[in-house]
Formats: sequence, structure tokens, C-alpha cells
Amino acid sequence: MVKMEPATDLAPGYEIVIEPNRGWLRIAWREMWEYRDLLVLLVRRDFLSKYKQTLLGPAWFILQPLLTTVMFVIVFGRVAQIPTDGIPAPLFYLCGLLAWNYFAQNVTAGATTFTANTQLFGKVYFPRLIVPAATIVSNLFAFVLQLAPFVVVFGYYKLFTDAGAAISIDWRVLLVPLLLLQTSLFSLGVSLWMSASTAKYRDLVHLNQFIIQLWLFATPVIYPLSKIPARLEWLAWLNPMAAVVEAFRITLLGRGTLSFGCLVSSIVLTLAAALSGIVIFQKMERTAVDRV
Amino acid sequence: MSLASNQPIVEVRGLSKLYHLGSIGSVSLRDAAERLVSRFRGKNGAPPPKPLQHRIPPDRAGSEPNSFWALKDISFDVRQGEVVGIIGGNGAGKSTLLKILSRITEPTEGRAVLRGRVASLLEVGTGFHPELTGRENIFLNGAILGMKRAEIARKFDEIVSFAEVEAFIDTPVKRYSSGMYVRLAFAVAAHLEPEILIIDEVLAVGDVAFQKKCLGKMQDVATREGRTVLFVTHNMQAVRHMCQRAILIENGRVGWLGDVVTAINRYAGNPEGHTSRIDLDRMARNNTGETARLKTLEFLDETGAPIHRVERTQELRGRIAFEVREPIRQFDLAMAVTHSGGERVFSETFTDQRRPQALGSGCYDLEFSFPVQHLKIESYFLTLWCWDGVDAVDFVADIPLPEVVDSHADSYKEARRWGVVRVPVRWTQPSATSEKIALTTP
Repeated sequence: MVKMEPATDLAPGYEIVIEPNRGWLRIAWREMWEYRDLLVLLVRRDFLSKYKQTLLGPAWFILQPLLTTVMFVIVFGRVAQIPTDGIPAPLFYLCGLLAWNYFAQNVTAGATTFTANTQLFGKVYFPRLIVPAATIVSNLFAFVLQLAPFVVVFGYYKLFTDAGAAISIDWRVLLVPLLLLQTSLFSLGVSLWMSASTAKYRDLVHLNQFIIQLWLFATPVIYPLSKIPARLEWLAWLNPMAAVVEAFRITLLGRGTLSFGCLVSSIVLTLAAALSGIVIFQKMERTAVDRV
Repeated sequence: MSLASNQPIVEVRGLSKLYHLGSIGSVSLRDAAERLVSRFRGKNGAPPPKPLQHRIPPDRAGSEPNSFWALKDISFDVRQGEVVGIIGGNGAGKSTLLKILSRITEPTEGRAVLRGRVASLLEVGTGFHPELTGRENIFLNGAILGMKRAEIARKFDEIVSFAEVEAFIDTPVKRYSSGMYVRLAFAVAAHLEPEILIIDEVLAVGDVAFQKKCLGKMQDVATREGRTVLFVTHNMQAVRHMCQRAILIENGRVGWLGDVVTAINRYAGNPEGHTSRIDLDRMARNNTGETARLKTLEFLDETGAPIHRVERTQELRGRIAFEVREPIRQFDLAMAVTHSGGERVFSETFTDQRRPQALGSGCYDLEFSFPVQHLKIESYFLTLWCWDGVDAVDFVADIPLPEVVDSHADSYKEARRWGVVRVPVRWTQPSATSEKIALTTP
């Protein structure tokens, strides 16, 4: 007979204790690790189902930021004439959208973790945190796909236009993974807060969508951070995404202004959001099926 | 084994679960705000908000208004390798117990310790994605149920051939027939190899032949591989065949814990505490019972005296009391008898013999009777439908019929009979013949 393989990792003390859990800081890290294969397969599912269901397939990931950029160039560049720090407008918007879209897609999908998975969560147990974590990883693939049009547009401006002198790429590009990590953590925190609150109050779904729409304008995606008046600078300090988007421009285009204080505040707030998000999410997941 | 022999693999102590009926289903922020406002006003002398009215049996009500003990003080142990059946009526708390042991929700009080890897199967095909192929879904579903990828890969061929879907394994499951879908889903589940397997009534799916195959596989898992199985079902035949012990859950409490036969008899006997009168009003329904409502059912013998068991030679009489709330133009009533194993035995309707009738609102009594000579000395259940000519306006299932008894029967012999009915067959005496019967082999 086939021997059961995981028998090896069942230490004699392997036991699951089920009791009303009143602790706040019991995070099931060990279980998360045991279910790592599920994370991989959920990422695969997201990707395959997105790819199979749409007519354009993965091309959609590329078209979406390109079309948005064209819109931004016309509306904010030509009509409203918002300056872009000397960076060619399409590159400026494309770069900002790259960072912003990753954040917004994570939050939009993550915020509905409980409401969209009622059926699944009501029938089987696994660490619920796997679901928003898988969303973030699968959106990373979308990010990489969206990097392609950016590289093409960057190459065009650098090689064939005079504006190419304004942009450069140097060692700082190596910091992009760190920025992605920060974006992941912050979007995880925000989406955990949002999903936990929508599990309790369903009508917050609409509010969450609205928050993300407004948040875009509170973040220097369509304007440079340098254009924020000094007396409003505290707003940028309170919005971790402001520093992240500006830092993306510095690392990918070599241009931008970011104060050290703003960066530190962004990192501190990111960690606070991620940790508190995980805590509140784990508190909610234990009885969420009784509510949703 | 790694387990100390004196330690049960599943240990449940005082498990209770309180639900707040008002807050099942998430509240909207507006409701919460309104509640807050009215609480303020309440302090200033205005009347407090009127509480929602829920019908909660007094023995299950919590201390707060609208709270309900779905489970109260459940304790039991399961030893390694045991197959334990969990039985009980609708709403008794079986599902809640399963949800807690599967860690889908947490208990309000008490504690359970599970010493081993657990897989729970409350549904087949959990997390199946219609766009993905059979192959992709096997991996996804396996992982959701707690299998490692390597483990699934190793069992992949076995799963596919068990499900009999070899030819379609790279087709998206949305193109599968419902039979194929269920077979594939079950095949994944049947190949789980946890130390503790928790199963809900998933066996009620698929065609009979496949169900048998699944039951066989489950039995294998339990007996040959020494795994522990907790099995919730209405299928008494399955309980009888597979389980060594049974837990009867009644009104959120343990009604019986021990041998299977006693548990089944107690379950089938009379959940209302041995009265012959069954309160249909309180039984579970799905969105029926508004236009007309079945209220009570009383079983009587031929003389009209209430009974809770019936001799096989007699007729069983039942008196149904029902209330018509909105006039019914074409009243009809249907009854069906199912065997405790889940098989349908027969059904009959009021209009089989009488004309459909118009009934105005009000309360009515109606009697039916049938001979029980073809029933076995086993448990049967009754289902009642009330029709208005078009739709079923009320529907109550799983009403236990009085126990059929036969004072002359040999219980050992009776237990070995096949099937769900007994048809007395007439035999002749063997008579000697002169011819020799030649057995020819071609």
C-alpha cells in the first residue's frame, strides 16, 4: 500500500486545539507555511482564469495602463497642463500608474476576501490569509506584464527624442523590488482592514471602492510630489503611497523629489498597516462565516 | 504509533455555540447606526427598539434576547481508527458541530483537541473553478482540502481513473456533465489521507453505483488504513454498515453516545420524547409554510388510541392537523415514505382517490391510513407536502414513522433481509420428481 508521505512531518505532538480564541496576537504562521502549495495553486488559478475568460487574454494587462495613460496625457497634460517634473508626460503617467495599479488592484481584490469567498470559507478550513496573499502574488505577474509597455516607451524616449536627456536609469533600479515589497505590504494591510470591515458591515463595499478612486488623486500619480505646496506636505507624509509612487519615478526614471522624512513615515505607516491588518483580519476570520 | 494509547485522537469537552439570530448575516452600517441612535433615545425615555421576533425553543434560548444555543455542552472522545456516525434531526446541531471541528467557525465555549491532520469534507468540489480543466481542478481542490502538491501528483492517475474521466481530463470542468463533475470532485476527496476525516452528507450525490464505490473507498480508508472518521449523515444504512459508534445529537445536546443500533432506534423512535403527537410546525422548512402550514401529526391505532409503535398486521392511521392561511383553490396532500437508509419506498396523494378541493382559511384535520404489512422491522420516515394545485405550499420531511413491530418475528432473521420492503412470498413444498436434472456444459 502507498505510504502516506506527510507522515514524516507529523511530530508526536501534532495537535489542533479548537477553543474560543480571545487572544489578539495568535497568528498561524506555521499553518500558513503548511498551506504554501495552496498559495501557489491559487495564484495559478487567478492567472489561468483571468487569461482564459477574457477575449484579449494577457494583452488586457498591457492595454489597460496604455489607454489610461493616453487619457491622462490628454486630460491632465494637454487640457489641465499639470507639469510632470520635466519627464515626458506619457512616461510620467505610465510610471505612476505602474505603482498605483499594483496597489489598487491588490486592494480592490483583497477587500472582498470574505464577501467573495463566502461559499468556500463556509465549507473548508485553511488559513484565510492565503487568499489575499495569493491575490498580491498574482497581481505581481500583472505588474511584470505592465512593465513591458513601460520599457518600450522608455526606450523610445531615451533613444529617439531630445527629452531622453531628462530621464536616466542607474543603480537605483535595483531598489524596485524593495518598493514592490513595500507596496505589497501596504496593500495587504489596507485590503485586510477593508475585508474585515466589509465582513462586518456589508455596505462598506461601496465606500471602499470610492476610497480607492479618491486615493488616486491624493497620490502623486498625475502630478509630481514636488508640486505639493509646503503647507500640505503633511498629507503626503500620511499617505504611504505618495512616497512609493515618487520613489518608483526616482528608481525607474531617475527624476523626482522625495524627502527622507516622507520616506521613513511611509515605511513606518506601511508596517503599522500590515501588522494591524493581519491582527484584525485574524480576529475576524474566526467567526466571519457566521456573519457573511 | 505516535499517539499514546490512552489519549483519544479526538477529544471534545463542553463544546457550545451561541448564535445571535439578529446578527446572522452581516449587518449594514446603517442598521448599526440606527441601533446606536435608538439606544441614545432609549435613555431619554423613548421606547427601546422592538426586538425581532424569532421562535426559539425555550431550552435552546441564550441569556440575551434572540440568542440561540446551536450546540450546548457537547463532550465525547473518539479513539484512533474508529468510525463514528453523527446523527440527528434537522436543526439538531450536527452541522454546527462539524463546522466547529472543521475550524470553519469557532465555538463560544468549550474545547476540542484533534490529534492529527484533519481533512473535512462538507461539500464535494469546494473551490472548483469552471474555467479550469479537470487536471488543474484536481490540484486546486486537493490543495484546498489540505493536500500537498507532491501528494496530489503522486495520486493523480489514481484519482483520474477512480473518477472515470480520463478522456476529459484536459477539458474545462464547465463542459463536464453534472455526473462527471461530481465524480471528479469526489475522487479528489476520496484520496485524502488525513489521520482524521470529517465527512458531511456528501455521499448523497451522484448515481447509486458511484455512491457505493465511494462508501467502499471510505470504508477502506477507515478499516485498512486505520484512520479515524467522523461521519454526519441521514443515511442510517451507511451508519449501520460503517460505524462502530454513533453520536445522536438532539436539540444541540448529546442525546446518545454509544452503540449504533441504540442510537438509530432512539433517533428513529421519537425525537419528541415518545409522544405519538409530532409537532410539524416546529420542523425545518425551506421557504414554505406561509399559505398553508402543517401543524401536527398524530399516529393512531385502529381504535383511535395514540401509538408510537405499530404491529405489522395492523393499519397505521395518521391524523394531520393543518392550517390554511390563504384560501387554496385546489388542495392536495402528498405523502411519501422513505426507508431510514434513504431509499424512497412509495408515495401517494390525496387526489389519487379524491377530487381536489377548494379550502377556505381555517384549521383542518385530515386522516390517512395504510397497512404496514409490507414494511420491514426497521425505521421509516414520512414526508408530507401540501399542494395548492400548482406549487407545494408546505413541505416537511424526515418525520419518523412509528416503529413497526412484529411480535412473532425472529429479529436475527429480520435483520438479514434485503431491501426496504418485505413482500411475503408464498412457497410450495418441495415435491420429488422422477427426472434427473442433467447439467450440461457446452
